[in-house]
Amino acid sequence: MRKLVLFAWLLFLTITTRAQETFPVNGVAEPKASCYAFTNATIVKDAATSISNASMIIRDGKITAIGTAISIPADAMVIDCKGKFIYPSFIDLYADYGMPVAQRTQGGFNFNAPAQLASNQKGAYGWNQAIRTDVQGVQIFTADNVKAKALRESGFGAALAHQRDGIARGTGVFVTLADTKENKTIIKEKAAAHYSFSKGTSMQSYPSSIMGSISLLRQTYLDAQWYKNNPLAEGVNLTLKYWNEQQNLPQIFEANDKWAVVRADKIGDEFGVQFIMKAGGNEYQRITDMAGTKATFILPLNYPAAMDIEDPHDARFVSLTDMKHWEMAPANAAMFEKAGINFVLTTSDLRDPRQFLTNLRKAMEYGLSESKAMEALTKVPATLLGVYDVVGSLDAGKLANFLITSGPIFSEKTTIYQNWVQGEKYSVKDELWNDVKGVYNLTVNTPGGAKTFTLDVKNSTTATVIGKDTLTGRFTFDGKQVRLNFPEAKGSRNNIRLSGIANDNLWSGVGDDVNGNRFTWTAVYSKETMVKADSTRSKAPVKIGSVTYPFNGYGYTEMPKQETILIKNATVWTNEKEGILQNTDVLIKNGKITAIGKNLSDAGAKVIDGSGKHVTAGIIDEHSHIAAASINEGGQSVTSEVRIADNLNPDDINIYRQLSGGVTSSHILHGSANTIGGQTQLIKLRWGANDEGLKFQNWPGYIKFALGENVKRTSSQQNNRFPDTRMGVSQVLIDAFTRARDYEAAWKKFDEEKKKNPKATAPRRDLELDALVEILNKKRFITCHSYVQSEITDMIRVADRFGFTLNTFTHILEGYKVADKMKAHGANASTFSDWWNYKMEVVDAIPYNANLMQKVGVNVAINSDDAEMARHLNHEAAKSVKYGSMSEEDALKMVTLNPSKMLRVDDRVGSIKVGKDADIVLWSDHPLSIYAKAEKTIVDGIVYYDREKDKQLRVDIAKERARLMAKMIGEKRSGMPTVPFAPSMEIMHTCSDHNHSHGLLVVDADELNQNSNQ
Amino acid sequence: MKKLILSIQLLLAAVFASAQETVYPAGKQTETITITNATIHVGNGTVISNGFITFENGKIKAVGQTAPASGGKVIDAKGKHVYPGLILSSSQLGLVEVNSVRATIDHTEIGLYNPNIRSIVAYNTDSKVIGTLRSNGILFANVVPQGGTISGSSTVVQLDAWNWEDAIYKADGQMHINMPSLLPRPSRFGGFGGGAETRSSADRVKEALAEVENIKDFFREAKVYLKETTHSKTNLKYEATKALFEKKQKLFVHCDIVKEMLVAVDFAKEFGFDVVIVGGSESWQIADLLKLNNIAVILAQRHALPTMTDDDVDLPYKSATYLQDAGVLYAINDEDGQTRGRNLPFNAGTAAAYGITKEQALTAITLNAAKILGIDNVTGSLEVGKDANIVISEGDILDMKSSIVTTVFIQGRQSSLDDKHKQLNERYKYKYGIK
Repeated sequence: MRKLVLFAWLLFLTITTRAQETFPVNGVAEPKASCYAFTNATIVKDAATSISNASMIIRDGKITAIGTAISIPADAMVIDCKGKFIYPSFIDLYADYGMPVAQRTQGGFNFNAPAQLASNQKGAYGWNQAIRTDVQGVQIFTADNVKAKALRESGFGAALAHQRDGIARGTGVFVTLADTKENKTIIKEKAAAHYSFSKGTSMQSYPSSIMGSISLLRQTYLDAQWYKNNPLAEGVNLTLKYWNEQQNLPQIFEANDKWAVVRADKIGDEFGVQFIMKAGGNEYQRITDMAGTKATFILPLNYPAAMDIEDPHDARFVSLTDMKHWEMAPANAAMFEKAGINFVLTTSDLRDPRQFLTNLRKAMEYGLSESKAMEALTKVPATLLGVYDVVGSLDAGKLANFLITSGPIFSEKTTIYQNWVQGEKYSVKDELWNDVKGVYNLTVNTPGGAKTFTLDVKNSTTATVIGKDTLTGRFTFDGKQVRLNFPEAKGSRNNIRLSGIANDNLWSGVGDDVNGNRFTWTAVYSKETMVKADSTRSKAPVKIGSVTYPFNGYGYTEMPKQETILIKNATVWTNEKEGILQNTDVLIKNGKITAIGKNLSDAGAKVIDGSGKHVTAGIIDEHSHIAAASINEGGQSVTSEVRIADNLNPDDINIYRQLSGGVTSSHILHGSANTIGGQTQLIKLRWGANDEGLKFQNWPGYIKFALGENVKRTSSQQNNRFPDTRMGVSQVLIDAFTRARDYEAAWKKFDEEKKKNPKATAPRRDLELDALVEILNKKRFITCHSYVQSEITDMIRVADRFGFTLNTFTHILEGYKVADKMKAHGANASTFSDWWNYKMEVVDAIPYNANLMQKVGVNVAINSDDAEMARHLNHEAAKSVKYGSMSEEDALKMVTLNPSKMLRVDDRVGSIKVGKDADIVLWSDHPLSIYAKAEKTIVDGIVYYDREKDKQLRVDIAKERARLMAKMIGEKRSGMPTVPFAPSMEIMHTCSDHNHSHGLLVVDADELNQNSNQ
Repeated sequence: MKKLILSIQLLLAAVFASAQETVYPAGKQTETITITNATIHVGNGTVISNGFITFENGKIKAVGQTAPASGGKVIDAKGKHVYPGLILSSSQLGLVEVNSVRATIDHTEIGLYNPNIRSIVAYNTDSKVIGTLRSNGILFANVVPQGGTISGSSTVVQLDAWNWEDAIYKADGQMHINMPSLLPRPSRFGGFGGGAETRSSADRVKEALAEVENIKDFFREAKVYLKETTHSKTNLKYEATKALFEKKQKLFVHCDIVKEMLVAVDFAKEFGFDVVIVGGSESWQIADLLKLNNIAVILAQRHALPTMTDDDVDLPYKSATYLQDAGVLYAINDEDGQTRGRNLPFNAGTAAAYGITKEQALTAITLNAAKILGIDNVTGSLEVGKDANIVISEGDILDMKSSIVTTVFIQGRQSSLDDKHKQLNERYKYKYGIK
């Protein structure tokens, strides 16, 4: 135990880099033997195998033998590792290492400035600058010992490095963290291909949204496939060529968020790719969805720091979501383990990689097992990259990448002494290699004679000196030098200061006292110190709150169930020929309306007294922008390829808020940034569901078009995107449908040709034109943002010309001027009740619009286009009773039955009719009255909003907030670091042409995008 | 014959639907008018069922249960409801015609401290918006300038006038300041592609507090300046604060969060100003403190989303209740940029649905607003001696399904209820042959 074997030798070991053969030597060639034997160690070969009292032989950077009964080669330097542990060093697949940071070029997309519409990359590359398959990590990799050192100190020996820039990011290079010429550190030149949804430094206008990024990836998969046949028209496209070459590599997607993981996985499923997902830390909030991807995850261990919220004013603005995430984030890895999902761990996203082990231990306190952590740092990453034969465990033939530690690697007291990379030693805490603990006989040769003390050394910084009394001194030991300063006797001011060198069991040196006397001293090891049992305090199990779906105060810990419900004696607004029925019962069962009548009964039903109350069909909002991660893809004038469905956001609190206003379905539209916008998605407000669960099933596709001021970018002083006038908008439409028609013909021709010639070349599949062809074939329907009569009429004429019906004009504030034309064409209208005069194209908007169109015979809906107004659409409908004397029944239909017709779902929703979906609302009062409140909002027979339960939820929220605030403040008081408070902002998506009143903390998504691109 | 009648009707409609330019402001009240058989909502909480109201020379002469047999014109309002003219307490009415068209915007001046700015001189009585408000029973608006830190003074106008001088109901009654935001925004809040903010959030709060000190310094200097009656060099900005120090003007502080409102209270304490908070979305939290300091509140429109995801989803609808219960003097406002203020009664109606009574909600858009604007001696309620500012509605004015205004009087003058929207409605009813 006390043997300081080879200590001096170790101290003098220099880390020399042996140049490779092709490099000339400046000086004298200095070949060195490089064989080491590590003996008497506890060797953990991999997460499952630990051998005690074992030895390991390495030669020329590789392991040659490992085990208990192996012979030590004669030329080996023997390093006695008695009491020490040897582990394979860790592998980081997402390290920030060795890559230049990409620089942003001039240009970019800004609503108020000229856009960079084309790529400004020179060379034979593809059309979009965010697809950067030409970036090969191996070509731009440079070893960086500053960063390598930080990683080595956390136990890492190898890393995958790639340039984090763009949607497709080219390839990553797998390297060791040796401080040597790059040529020697590269293990695999092209180890993985990398992707993300962020266009990074590309300032090209497209894509400008998450759904645009998704579409770009999908189109690129198709283009690359098509390019394999070397289409003449394309010439050489290196971007696609490299893309194809990179498909056989492991495919890593930087998602950084739970829903982004789901989105990326869907792209993978479509094109037969299984991505490895780089996570962001919030994935535990939807662990079932994570498991569903079947992906392996790269988990960062960055936990949000506690905020300083001691000031209650500040605390007010921190959401429960943020506080809960602060509490639960360290449990992310443990929840992955519990769910049986494969994962690796990364230092990525940490401010300093040296935090890694601390944070890993925290993950363990929250339930992550040591063996899983070990695997996630060694075998799993090595296997993912197909390099397990080179790294990832300690086995003969593999690289000598290992750690020598003082104890079990993950325990808090353990020190990493050395990190060996490719057979070279890197000191981490080498100075602590020698176990200095012990009891020494200290002799101080003072002028007054030799004085003896007992020196009890606990560790390299703590020791007590025992003379007559026990004296506390200041002690340091740095591996070689010893310093000790202690009072001669208790209370004495005569301090004795000693300095010397430790030489095995004998220490010696000189010292002085306060009188300036100089003398020598020695200390001789006598026995082991009395060590208290290892202070692995059994920590109290960590208590954390529970995950709710969605992850906020109004989320469910358990999803509500479908119920059989009998509402008795209510006033029922059927929206059918029966009209308004008094004192009537409604029975719902298995998610459907099963009976309407008097004196109904059902043994299993929950009975609700509807006396004095009203029952209506759930409100359907034809024009909404809630529950999506992005709304506008404004990068081009035609973006029919983008799909709202690709980026639904089930966490949006506005789903719950709108349920409280009786809304059961919302049509989530693309914004109005361009003439042909994106594909829309009808959702049911199934609060708590995932993105798929929100979708209205068996619904034909719709798409958003837009006309007028927004698409010609009136707010911009320097628009350079065609069109700039309504004349141009018309041509964008005609051109798009003309191209779609030609495209369809080309495919038809190919399908014919293929029958004769199976080797015929297929046309390029174009997602943009696919959607337009669907419109031509009446399989996809248009909702068209429109205001003034000229553009409305022209849109109708374009539709006539191409033989389809323009399904819905939305906004349509001048619809009353051309209602006869709309009626003749067969278009529906979905409008605001009383908005006007906020921009030029609405100066003639009138609140009588809905009534006039309805009287002419157009099917009319009232929509919100606004997260606030959607909470009282019944009141918006009631305004047509005021403005135009519409009948109350007809007014209510404008937010229920009429929108269901224009959305082609009136066979399932929109009225109270036996057989239809049980999407209904129980109102406290006449549903058109300002005093009416939704008491229960039911979707598919499930009560998603209940005014009574809501009260309880608010009590629970207050309690949970109080608990978490106390915990966070406790963290600060206990001396843990905190960060300044930041309010929890809420991102809101809008059509980008109005600013209805939103909450204080709402940030408009469009404004954000403008600012971020300026 | 039937056809002939129809075409005559249509012809009449066409004549009626001529341009708004021939809708004239009403002339002075010439004969005594009595409205009878109405449900009279006085505005102070009192409701007189089957009541009457008599007014003469623009003033209310009598209100009560049984109508005295007096001469003049009688309007039988059987089944109808009578209200005081509604008041929009803070608005850019007449200062902007079309929000997105710069040429039509006159509400925001350049410069931080503009106490000398007067909104009234830019007030456009021919704005097409005004008629649409009158049609909903809104007969008064406080026309507020917006820019900078000290925006200038506002004037209350009556909504049936030939020009801004005619429109003045109470001139320059309020000085407006915009409280620097004390809500730190996150230093980095990524949009698509991410954006970086260079200043930290704490820095920005510090800057805002420094700005508050600057505003105070301005008033301190003004106060000193005003102690001297003559000046060799006249400072127009300091001169403009005179009415404020003399309490002839109130200080309207536009702010929302608690810290900002507490700073506003501090202004009242240091300078003795009559402080009114405009906006006040978080005022429900400090209702008792506001009461204690006699600070009135003009609540921003209630049709708004809650501040926090954790908040009661109906919180904006309910917040008036907290002020009501604490006894704070408050008004409800509607500054919506899309509907242009016409939904004022429904914002009050929503507050009534979520806690306060209907009459309290009415008071919040009539008498309380008048008190806050310093015009309660002449309007805000249907009481003897006050101006005859009267609205007759088919039903409950706070509920859109019955809020159909049939007649209005401003200072006893029966104002036209025609507006651009009605005219366009008539024009297209004519086109489509809709009766």
